[in-house]
Amino acid sequence: MDPILETRQLTHVYSPNTPFEHGALLGVDLAVYPGETLGIIGRTGSGKSTLIQHLNGLLKPTSGQVLLHGSDIWASKEATRAARFQVGLVFQYPEYQLFEETVYQDIAFGPKNMSLDKDEIDRRVREAAAFVELPEDVLQTSPFELSGGQKRRVAIAGVIAMEPSVLILDEPTAGLDPAGVERILANLQAYHNSKNATIIIVSHSMEEMARTVDRLVVIHNGAIPLQGAPGEVFAHESELENMGLGIPQITRVFHRLRAMGAEVDPSVYTVEQARRAILAALGKGAE
Amino acid sequence: MAIKDITLGQYFPGNTAIHRLDPRTKLLFTVLYMIALFLANGVVSYAVLVAVLALCVAISKISPSVLLRSMRAVLIIILITGILNLFYTPAGPGETPLVAFWIFRIYPAGVRAAAFMILRIALLISCTFLLTYTTSPILITDALESLLGPLKKIKVPVHELAMMMSIALRFIPTLVEETDKIMSAQKARGANFDTGNLLQRAKALVPLLVPLFISAFRRADELAVAMECRCYHGGEGRTKLRQLRFARSDYLVLLLGLVLCVGIFLLGRMGV
Repeated sequence: MDPILETRQLTHVYSPNTPFEHGALLGVDLAVYPGETLGIIGRTGSGKSTLIQHLNGLLKPTSGQVLLHGSDIWASKEATRAARFQVGLVFQYPEYQLFEETVYQDIAFGPKNMSLDKDEIDRRVREAAAFVELPEDVLQTSPFELSGGQKRRVAIAGVIAMEPSVLILDEPTAGLDPAGVERILANLQAYHNSKNATIIIVSHSMEEMARTVDRLVVIHNGAIPLQGAPGEVFAHESELENMGLGIPQITRVFHRLRAMGAEVDPSVYTVEQARRAILAALGKGAE
Repeated sequence: MAIKDITLGQYFPGNTAIHRLDPRTKLLFTVLYMIALFLANGVVSYAVLVAVLALCVAISKISPSVLLRSMRAVLIIILITGILNLFYTPAGPGETPLVAFWIFRIYPAGVRAAAFMILRIALLISCTFLLTYTTSPILITDALESLLGPLKKIKVPVHELAMMMSIALRFIPTLVEETDKIMSAQKARGANFDTGNLLQRAKALVPLLVPLFISAFRRADELAVAMECRCYHGGEGRTKLRQLRFARSDYLVLLLGLVLCVGIFLLGRMGV
């Protein structure tokens, strides 16, 4: 399958030719396939935010390429602008970018910039609001009167309303209570299912990533040392710990069990898998 | 170019002799240098001043290209001043115009005045930038507070002013970063900040300014609460973490500054 989004030898250097010069990305090759949910993990300062800002053309590579559907997004001004709409990017704490008088107008900001007609904008705003479970009556209130979790969902709706084929979210659940976290992850799943959209989530919460994504990419010091299915990546416990990352607690328990001599499958990362693995080890099989 | 790359008044950390000087010394020396600049009126005195600055730049290890780049912001002012001086300086005794067309006459005295004026402004800007490049903003405000200390006697709220200044300076990078972030976020939603006519561009700033003001007010509020939690109550009886202390080198530098000033004054009297 051809990747929908790809980087080739992507390198980015901040503040070149000053004493603050430093390379944030060093020759990164990343491929994102249509319809997948991809997780990017890395500690603060690893280059993950820099990487995602390249994927929709907000940052220009110092060298290397970003390809969307196989063509360079920096080939022309039009291509860059088109990439902005096809690859939706939700920043960290997106609630701080709300500015309109009503929730409706704020969600409509993106579609308006795409110069769609009024009916289409209306349809998209309502659909996006439905995805993030915002009730109709909230649409006409000021975004500044909402709760933190609601504001966050309004901001996400503002990007969803552009109906991007790739939706990237930087720490979408940071600072929310557990119920808020569940809600946002469920909303994203709904968008993914109904539009067959590709979703990229950036996070450092292993637990959350483990149960949301199909594939994990680990970024460390501006390079990708590990990638693969969550089970495969979590098998590299000591390497991940050297990078300042951990593995889900449940995986750690199973690694420990195995070290103690128990015959269990160590590639476990959700409670459900753990249940099955324990039953299998006890020779009972899943009922 | 990202907004972050602007180097206006930025501090470049380092550990050279100039970085280590007491900030008060650097501030006073800069003032003395400026006075000397306005006393200079001949080739020799300007040459001395250029040499002094070049020496300071060399010692501070600030790359000259960084210094030149910061000059861009004031390039227009420098050019206009130069051109005005070129045309408006009257003829020196017994001079004939070098160039004459329509109502304009350029005399050798004008060329001289323009060159000196451009040099004067360039040196003025360079020496202040050198000060901010080698001294952290916090130290500069500390120095100001200490130097303006005597004004407390006549009820000038020196400490409060210095505190306001250091808070303002402290939040410039934060606000710049914030602006950058909000700009990116709105660009990701298709906002366009750099095309269109003046009105369209002004309108395009609304999605940037509204969130920026809201977050600035939020920050101010949080900071005020945090300061009150730590019992901040103004400058009375407050001690300092960093005590400013003059070393022998500071006295030496100040002495050199005075010598420079007097020397340039004497050179100026001799007209060279």
